[in-house]
Order: sequence, then C-alpha cells, then structure tokens
Amino acid sequence: MGQLSGPTDPTLDANWANPQHRKGFFTDTSICIGCKACEVACKEWNHNPRDGDLELLGSSYDNTGALGASTWRHVAFIEQGAERIESARESGRALVSLGMPGVRGAGPTDPLPDESDMRPNTGPPDTAEFRWLMSSDVCKHCTHAGCLDVCPTGALFRTEYGTVVVQDDVCNGCGTCVAGCPFGVIERRDDGMASANTRHTAESAEVPNVGVAQKCTLCYDRLVDGQTPACAQTCPTTSIKFGDHDDLVTQARERVRELHAQGMTEARLYGANDLDGVGGTGSVFLLLDEPEVYGLPPDPRVPTADLPRMFNRAGIAAVGMIAAAAASFLTGRRR
Amino acid sequence: MTTSEFDSLRPPEPVGGRRGGRRGTRRRADGLRPGGADGSREMPMVPEAEFTSYYGRPVVKPAPWGPEIAAYLFLGGVAGGSGMLAAGARLTERPTLRRNSRLAAISAVGLGAAALVKDLGRPERFLNMLRTVKLTSPMSVGSWILAGFSAGAGVATVLEVDTMTGRRFPLGSLRRFLPVVEVGADLWTAALGPPLAAYTAVLLADTATPTWNDARDELPFVFVSSAMLASGGLAMVTTPVAETRPARTLAVLGAAAELVATTVMHRRMDPVAAEPLHQGRPGTMLRWSEMLTAAGGLGALVGGHRRGVAVVSGLSLLAASALTRLGVLEAGIESAKDPRYTIEPQKRRLAARRAAGITDDSITTVG
Repeated sequence: MGQLSGPTDPTLDANWANPQHRKGFFTDTSICIGCKACEVACKEWNHNPRDGDLELLGSSYDNTGALGASTWRHVAFIEQGAERIESARESGRALVSLGMPGVRGAGPTDPLPDESDMRPNTGPPDTAEFRWLMSSDVCKHCTHAGCLDVCPTGALFRTEYGTVVVQDDVCNGCGTCVAGCPFGVIERRDDGMASANTRHTAESAEVPNVGVAQKCTLCYDRLVDGQTPACAQTCPTTSIKFGDHDDLVTQARERVRELHAQGMTEARLYGANDLDGVGGTGSVFLLLDEPEVYGLPPDPRVPTADLPRMFNRAGIAAVGMIAAAAASFLTGRRR
Repeated sequence: MTTSEFDSLRPPEPVGGRRGGRRGTRRRADGLRPGGADGSREMPMVPEAEFTSYYGRPVVKPAPWGPEIAAYLFLGGVAGGSGMLAAGARLTERPTLRRNSRLAAISAVGLGAAALVKDLGRPERFLNMLRTVKLTSPMSVGSWILAGFSAGAGVATVLEVDTMTGRRFPLGSLRRFLPVVEVGADLWTAALGPPLAAYTAVLLADTATPTWNDARDELPFVFVSSAMLASGGLAMVTTPVAETRPARTLAVLGAAAELVATTVMHRRMDPVAAEPLHQGRPGTMLRWSEMLTAAGGLGALVGGHRRGVAVVSGLSLLAASALTRLGVLEAGIESAKDPRYTIEPQKRRLAARRAAGITDDSITTVG
C-alpha cells in the first residue's frame, strides 16, 4: 500500500518490477474543434456499445451527455457570451495574482511583451463577443485514484504505465468505485434494456461486460504494443496529445504561458499540480474557463485521503458500542 | 477581430444587431436561466449569486445502490448488536435472550449478505470479495468482517440448535470441547459485532458522494448507535422482559447516542452538503426516524419492564433504525445527482484555503 495522498509516483507505489514512464493525455481544449472523432475512435477500438436512445439533449452539439460505462471520451460544448468570456478571463488573471509561478507578462496591467501581436492573427478564430468552448473529457488516471483505492476485489489495478484499468473478468459489479470517483467517470454498465426502444433488443445481446464497472483504459492494449491510444491517434487538431506524463505537463505549462502572452488570460491547467487533492492527474487539461463550466469538480479530493481518520472514528465508535454493551450487562439489578 | 488589451477602450457596440444564440450554461441556483425574456437581449447578471454547472448535469456519479444496500446496513447493525447481546446473555446466564440473540444475529447477517449479493452487478462473482485483503477499501475490510462474523455466528447457532434439540448432534467425544468452542464463538462474534456495525459508515463516507463524505466524522457514531437501538429493540420484541434488562439499557443508550450524534452531525456539516438530509423523501424518513428513536427509547426506559410496552418500543426502534439507514443512503444518492452539492462546497473550501494563504494545492493552475 502506497501513500494515500500527496505527490508520488503511482507506478512505483504499485511495486511494478518493470515500471515504464507514466503515460497520460494532455487535452488542449483551446484547439479542440468538437469533431467528436475521439468519441468514435474510442467506441470503435474498445467495442463500447451505444449509450442512451440517440436523443437530442438540447445542450448545444453535445448529445453524448457525460462520461459513463460505455462512453470513455465525451466532448463538451459550451456557448458563451461576452460577459462570460470576460469573467473567465478575470478568473484566470486571479489565478496568476495568487502567485502561481511561471507566467510572465500576463498580469492585468502588464503590457504585452513583444511585437508579435502586430503580425496577422493565425490563432484559432476568436472574438470578444461570443465563443464556443469544446473539450474532450476522459478518465483522469489520478495519482491517487478513488476508484482504485476502494475496489474490494482488486479488479481495478495500476498498470506499469501508471494508469488505472478494470479487469473485466474479476469485477463483480459492487459499485463502490462509482461513488469513489471524484470526477464521476467510472460507471457500472447496465444491460441497456431500461428503455422501450426496440432497437435495443437486437443490440443488447452483443453488449459485453454487463454489470461490470467500465472506464477508459488509456488503451492499455495498445500501450503494451507501443501504440498511441485511439482517441489521441485520431484527433485531427492534436488537441488530444499522448505521451510521457512529465513531458506533457511541461508542454502544457508552455502552452498556458503562450496563451497568456496572447492575452488569453482565461487559459489555465487542470490536473497539472501534484499537490492537489488527487496528487495530480495522468490526464491534464488546458481549460478556458472555470472547471465546473466543463462539468469538472473545482476542488476534487480523493476520499481515501481521509480514510485513516475515518477508520479511527469508526474504531472509537466500535469501542463505544462494546463499552455500552458491557455497561448494559454489568449495571443495574440482576433481572 | 483580434483580441487585445485595447478592446476595453473601444466604444460599446450596438446591442441587438447580432443574432445571439446565447445558451446559458451558467445558471442561477434556483434554475432560472439568465438572459432577456424574449431571448434577443442580454440582461445584466450578478455572477456571485449564481453557481455554474455543465447544463445542470451531475459532476459525480451516484453509487448504483438500491434499497438492498439500505437493508444490509440495517441488518448488519442488528446482527452486530445481537452478537454482543448473545455473548453477554451467555456470560450472565440468560438462556432465552442468548438463544434469541444468536438466532437474530445469524438470520440478520444471512439476510443482509443475501441482499448484498443481490445488489452486485455480477452476483455470481460474490466470492471475489474475498479475493484479496485491501485496507484502502472499506468494502474489502467489511467483507472480511462480515465473513468472520458470519462464521462465529454460524458456529454459535449450530451449538444453539444442538441445545434446542436436546443435544442430539452426533458429536461423540468432541462434545467435551463444546463449552470452550461455544465461549470462543460467542466472544468472537461479540468482538466482530461493533466493527460490522461501524464499517458501513466508513463505506459510505469514503466516497465522493457529497453528503456521505461530509458526514464522515459522525456517521460511524450514528450507525453504531442505530445498531445498538435496533438490536436492543429486537431483543425487547422477541424475549420476555425477565431477561431483557440489558437489551433495554443498550437500546436506551443507543437511542440517546443516536440523537446526540445526529444533532452534532447536522451542526458540523457544510450546510449545502447537509441539505439532502433535511429535504425530500430522505428528509422525511430521517425526521420520522428521529421521532421513533425518541419514542422507542423513552418507552424502553419508562415501560420496558412491561411486555406490551417493550414490544411496541422495540418495533418503533427497529423502524427508526431502518429509516435512518434508508434515509442516509438516499440522501447521499440525491446529493450525487445534483451538481450543486458537489460544486458549491468545493468552491467554498477552495476559496477558504486561498483566503488562508494556501495557494499551492488547487487542481487549477496557470503554470
């Protein structure tokens, strides 16, 4: 058992004899075009069945809804107006003024540093009036993974690449991991028969791993063969980058600096901090607004970080129960 | 148009000339969407008064746990308390209380385990629960406690049935070891009873489900008290008053402890995270539970020596415990379904840490 919180190397904690470099994703949402190729590639490679009833959800172009047992990549679409952009920009600036390291020349009153602004703008189209945020969400492969910690069967395990994977043939579908994930990623796959849609009857026979917890494996089967995960390979704009976690974090920090220098102070990283509540994530994101706008928790904390204290409290309660029972039998008249 | 720092110096552009498909992902806490009534104009907003979510969709997922799990929480508590009562009854020579408590323990733990298995996504793989010992998983620790408790309660029950049938089991010369085995089984069961009643609180608290997680400091005390009052209540129902004085005391202690622990829990929790415990169906169940606890505890204290009052009080306490478990379970699941319960407390604690000068532990960074 490794440590329960704080910065660490999860692969070493898992006692792998042949630890590899920790792999991860860097999802740069500033260049995502919302094509959903990642969703499709993921479904195809992993043989994931259809989610839902192909209904329109009324949430911009997002008709997938959320990550789930059969959806391991989910592209979020958020439409925003001028004042929302300004408030995102401001909240990004506020992060800088908190004393975050590494950003130069991005303070609210700092002049932009060089004459690069005079060149034609070759960046992504952007106006001050409205914008469309698109972000491909995925399992975070946390350093301290809530799902992995609480799994009673050992079905969830830490791979040699530092990722978190479910063993389909071991999981008994207890559902503890579903509640344990601070990001709402992992889910138990149902049989898809809940709806009255007749198309289900033909398809449900083919649904694999019913009743078992399912989530992104970071394409473990491709990694062991030296391949890139399906979503990253298919992404046409390189919004989804795959590689060694440390390199990706460096790259992500540079990209934030670059965007801040362009005046896009709304740019910020999500999951690149080892000191956060989950010890940093394997999948790092560059966001252009507060995390909750994308459906991400603003301050996730792996529940197991508090487990020693919880067991301690439960121990005190149990001792209290024994004391109460002893008192019940030892006090009063014999009757 | 380029984005530059000079944007703020430009004169404001005329409003209304643009076809604005502004779809609000930012919404008021009461669910109202900002924007002009006819959709063509933008209305001023006050950002502080709102909370943002992604189309109101949940951030965390609720545990896929049905009422079977609530039944298990209740039955596990009854079993744990009954195991202790059985051991105490044997050591203080109360044969009827001993018999009834042993049978209660094995029945409750058996039914509870069956409910657990039924709720699994793959019930046929229930034995995988004992595939490994994993201290970071309350479910794993609990499975071992449950297995150990069941083994002890099973042995005690076999010996009890042997006694009830006039010692007819063909045990031969092994019979002389029975007293030792019996004491061992009783003490073993009694020792594992409280962990059986307490671990379920850790199981719920060690999740990202906002209400359960925020109740983590007091939930073990609530659950243990609930187990005490339920097992005491069951003994008051099943056993004549001549032998139930300890069970009544346990029930009264449990009722008092639960009322205190619940009050402390509600006071200490984040007001938003505690909200599901007060409203809707879970809120109603928990209010009833509190009333039944008080009534049953009072009945046991004042009139527990009368058979009729004892039975009514006992039933009231059992109902209270069942409602507590179901209420807490459902409140947690409700809290996971609404993003507000995840986002608001998290934003608040992040802001509090920043205000206290801790700025290095946020998941959101700029460098």
